[in-house]
Amino acid sequence: MNKMLDDDQIFNISPGRHVDLDHHCQNGGYSALAKALAQGPETSLKEISDAGLRGRGGAAFPTAEKIKMLRANTEKLRYIICNADEGEPGTFKDRFIMTHIPFQLLEGITIAAFMAGASEGYIYVRHEYPEAQKILRESIEEAERRGFLGENILGSGFSLSLKLFSGAGSYLCGEETALISSIEGKKGRPRLKPPYPTQAGLWQKPTLINNVETLANIPKIIEKSASWYRSFGTPDSPGTKLISLSGDVQNRGLFEVPFGITFAEIISEYGGGAKTGKAIKAVNIGGASGVLIPPEMLFTPLEYLACSKTGITIGSGAIFVLDDTRSILSNVQNRLRFFLHESCGKCTPCREGLRQANLILDRLLAGEAVRQDVSTLERYTRAIQEASFCGLGQAAGNSLRSSLAYYRDEYLASCRDNKPSFIEEETA
Amino acid sequence: MTAIKEVVNRFGKEEALLLQVILAVQDADPQNHLSEEAVNEISREMNISRSRVYSTASFYSEISLKPRGMHIIRICTNAPCENANKASILAAIKQELGIKIGQTTTDGLFSLESVNCLGACYMSPAIKIDDAVYGDLTPEAAVAIIRNLRKEYQNEQNA
Repeated sequence: MNKMLDDDQIFNISPGRHVDLDHHCQNGGYSALAKALAQGPETSLKEISDAGLRGRGGAAFPTAEKIKMLRANTEKLRYIICNADEGEPGTFKDRFIMTHIPFQLLEGITIAAFMAGASEGYIYVRHEYPEAQKILRESIEEAERRGFLGENILGSGFSLSLKLFSGAGSYLCGEETALISSIEGKKGRPRLKPPYPTQAGLWQKPTLINNVETLANIPKIIEKSASWYRSFGTPDSPGTKLISLSGDVQNRGLFEVPFGITFAEIISEYGGGAKTGKAIKAVNIGGASGVLIPPEMLFTPLEYLACSKTGITIGSGAIFVLDDTRSILSNVQNRLRFFLHESCGKCTPCREGLRQANLILDRLLAGEAVRQDVSTLERYTRAIQEASFCGLGQAAGNSLRSSLAYYRDEYLASCRDNKPSFIEEETA
Repeated sequence: MTAIKEVVNRFGKEEALLLQVILAVQDADPQNHLSEEAVNEISREMNISRSRVYSTASFYSEISLKPRGMHIIRICTNAPCENANKASILAAIKQELGIKIGQTTTDGLFSLESVNCLGACYMSPAIKIDDAVYGDLTPEAAVAIIRNLRKEYQNEQNA
């Protein structure tokens, strides 16, 4: 049985608390960097590998494996990019890390760069976060002044030049190849993989790209050991996860939870349950690109393996609760319109498929659709998910697919030719 | 030296800095946009074709090729804000300003835009005015913020 964490274990995220450099150092900050520099990249990488850290941006790729790929590359000039383009609707965890514990993030980037042998790096922050940009810019300068960044870090001979790069309003730039294209001064459109960024990334050089939360985990693992890290979570999914909780719950906000806790527990223990007098109708997990699940599925544990078995996408860790007064259809349409707006237009299934799906939802919501439209919508959803070029299109169908699976009755009930099922059976 | 030349000199002429230069030029523009002249000058200064500058500029939603107001009001349209009664906030703002999304008030003081997510779902409904995010809004609070900004502007004009 999982319990709530007694204290903020890995992330010091109390609202209103900004941890400055002195405060960070007093709390053991930058001791991990010193330790990593002293023990060398291989030993540090083994610690991350033993800890079982996986990418927190959504794809959950083992972090140590990614770094090993860079180390295997013979190219000497390597880059590190911190993906802070957090644009997933319902998600606000990375913003908190950047504004509240910026030095923990910078320390994580520096250690990751050291392990990967990268000497230049960027933090790609979305334009919608000017406060985070300002704090990070100042923090980078301060870390440089104190010898934690820049030339010859802590006298070790290792150097890292880190710059802040502002996005300009594009959700797609969170996709790693689109993000690289954006830094190169082009449109933020994805390209075919392979080659992966670890092989040919920024300016065709090997590049390590990690999410903010992933990188901010690294100093704690190095400082306190892999076994300490594994004391949280489950063998399959060690550590903790930041959860952005919003929607129809008593307490909305950012919470650090151990892996293995169920979604039902997160909503009741951290979120205080549904709003008074209301029942939960559906929960969206993983942001706009995630799934909509019914309350019965909330007993699934927050764990990569268990979730993938039940079709739940943990994604960025957003949980958005809908009570029984909400319409599934208009909620799905909200998401669909988001993807329609953010689609780069490069591939047809995403560009046209989303447009057609949106038209069907328009008809459904206006009460003008027929049952055939629901099957057509299902077919389009498959096409969008299976034939889209990049993750945006593939994930765009998640809430459609899951809502069609679990809330099919609601779709059918809004059809003009809806009739009780026994009549259908008789005529069939 | 022109303002744009200054920005280019400050950032550098590498192609990689194009997006950062565009953002800085737009920020310095009193009408918060990237004018045709600005595109031409960036192209000349950085030695990048005009079509490439347009290609990059037109892709991103925070860059505007048409003039905008002094203050840009962005209303968040994603599901948590939508469910938290975004519609009533939007209606109040539209009524107060007399404009629709995508328009600028005749006095050039405000532009109204929608944005896909502000990362402020824990205080939905939220709007962003310039660099500041306002959450847990009511229609009255949204109108009060706008009136304050207008008053500030008038005081500055009178001072």
